[in-house]
Amino acid sequence: MTRRRLLSDWLVPLAVFGALALVPKLNVSIPKLFDQPISSPGTLQLLAACVLFGALALTYDLQFGYTGLLSFGHALYIALGVYLSNIAITDWHWNFWVAILFTMGVALVVSNVLGFVSMRVAGIAFAMVTLAFAQAGAVLALKDPHHWTHGEEGLGADYTKLPHAFVGIFNTKNLYWLALAFLAAVFFIVRWSVESSPGRVWQAIRENEQRVEVLGMRPHLYKLQAFVLSSTLAAAGGIVYMLLYNGSTLAVTAPNFTLTLLLMVVIGGAGSRWGAVLGGILYTYLNDRLVAVGSSSTVEGLPHALRTPLSQPLFLLGAIFILIVFFLPGGLAGIAARGRPSGLRRLQDAIRPDHGPTAPQEGA
Amino acid sequence: MSTFLLLTITGLGLGAMYFLIASGLSLIYGLMGVLNFAHGAFISVGAYATWWSELHVFSGVHSSALRFLLSGLLGLVAGGVFAALVELVLIRPLYNRHIEQVLVTVGLQLAFVALLVGIWGPDAKAFVVPAWLHDTTTIAGAHIPNDRWVEIAAAAVVLTSLQLFLRRTRYGLIIRAGVENRAMVQALGIDVRKAFTLVFAIGGIAAAVAGVLSGVYFNVVGPDQGTSLLIFAFIVVVIGGLGSIGGSAAAAVLVALTQQYTNYYASAGIGDMVVVLLLGLVLLARPRGLAGAVVGARA
Repeated sequence: MTRRRLLSDWLVPLAVFGALALVPKLNVSIPKLFDQPISSPGTLQLLAACVLFGALALTYDLQFGYTGLLSFGHALYIALGVYLSNIAITDWHWNFWVAILFTMGVALVVSNVLGFVSMRVAGIAFAMVTLAFAQAGAVLALKDPHHWTHGEEGLGADYTKLPHAFVGIFNTKNLYWLALAFLAAVFFIVRWSVESSPGRVWQAIRENEQRVEVLGMRPHLYKLQAFVLSSTLAAAGGIVYMLLYNGSTLAVTAPNFTLTLLLMVVIGGAGSRWGAVLGGILYTYLNDRLVAVGSSSTVEGLPHALRTPLSQPLFLLGAIFILIVFFLPGGLAGIAARGRPSGLRRLQDAIRPDHGPTAPQEGA
Repeated sequence: MSTFLLLTITGLGLGAMYFLIASGLSLIYGLMGVLNFAHGAFISVGAYATWWSELHVFSGVHSSALRFLLSGLLGLVAGGVFAALVELVLIRPLYNRHIEQVLVTVGLQLAFVALLVGIWGPDAKAFVVPAWLHDTTTIAGAHIPNDRWVEIAAAAVVLTSLQLFLRRTRYGLIIRAGVENRAMVQALGIDVRKAFTLVFAIGGIAAAVAGVLSGVYFNVVGPDQGTSLLIFAFIVVVIGGLGSIGGSAAAAVLVALTQQYTNYYASAGIGDMVVVLLLGLVLLARPRGLAGAVVGARA
């Protein structure tokens, strides 16, 4: 290993995560950026959410940015982690660790089965099918046939069953560290997996699936592998989410939830680890803070026609997203890597419809 | 028996809306390779424009039927114009970059729903329709709300005129040829891009019809209504076979009836699950959908 690789592979990430780990110890206020001091539970909760979404965006990037699988159903696996762990603990009164093991096992099985079925189709049809499966999960959580999820009320976690370090407002810093540890774990797992030999096949599939097939490999198997790893990590992130928010609500089952992950990855830079993480952190922060901006006195003074869109964070983020797709296809990470094909440009052929001039015509 | 009849007619009414949305999605996908997420926005444009113009534009018209008709027409025009603008401004500059086109429509859909919430609030608005639409007609002992007939009729009209347009006109010929093989159409010196805008406008109008009808069907218009209809329309498109209008029509009826029957005879919500199960089965048996068209599968 050359010195340069040692630096970029280990020292930089460890320094970044180490610095982030010190954040709860900072007893300072940054007036414009945060309402309360950094070490206050309110701010730490927001920061923990930012870090967690950085990690969740990275799990999505594993299948979207690295393998070229455009799924609209990633929310299903996050929701599975959020709900199943909580149901096992609160409704079935299971031990916390058993519940987690069980949840991860179910996530592994479900992602294998649904992944196998949805990969019967490719490209855009795959996106639609994953969306449909996620919708089935959302309906299941809403209708609640077994009285487990409590539908629209949501299911508050039974805190007596949770590890004490993660319960109560004074322990928000522990939740922050948990989210950060999860991010670091996902970061290193994603790096290790995309640099392993199957990981190289994933990226080859993204570049040119037919060529991989011609080389005698079976793209299906590799795509399923990436899908299962990404989905299982997402379910683990769901468990962290459940701890961070003290329970489960239907917000994680909404179809928009996957779409926001897609926004995060594209804003940050698809196919880039730091890009996806940065996108997730930035998006979550803006989504929270733009509400404050929308109700601030500067915006209140604006004419009605301007005030309405500015008071809706999702409108602004959607607009930013469209601008990035148009003018900065590599996302924020693309700024650093100018000149090389990056982000969406590289995904171009991976998610093409199997029809039209870019694809070879059967029998033509 | 009367319950069964009511469920069937209601299911056909719902299927009519699915078809109206799916037909546009399917045409746009077939011709351009774009999965148009903004179709949900087109539905909302139709519904909100109709609701808004009933209150503000045609509030002076006394006959409630005429008022609804005029507002509905305005809604359709708004849907078509909006869709054409989306194609010209957002889709065309990204010509042949499919993934980016899809992403732009996703961003547009999210931003548009947020804008609706910003302007008219998150709550659904009561949709004013002529009273006779909510009266019932009694057929073989079943009391069937009149709006179901309107929905079925609207879908039938759209299906017939789409088929006539596609089979009998020059532009229809270009569109059909484009769905088959776009490169060849271009090689023959025909500017397919005009057809793109046209297909978007047609899809937008059909989606706006669905939006207006969903207002009638649910009695309200809400910001999320478009998205939830869109998901079932996606399922219909995949089951029917991407790019096939006839396939979409058959799949819309199949999906809506399955949903209605199971929601009633099993339990509420099960129907939605069964539809997804149906999708899984169709994919396992026929990855190219019922119509077995050219696209989508690489099994």
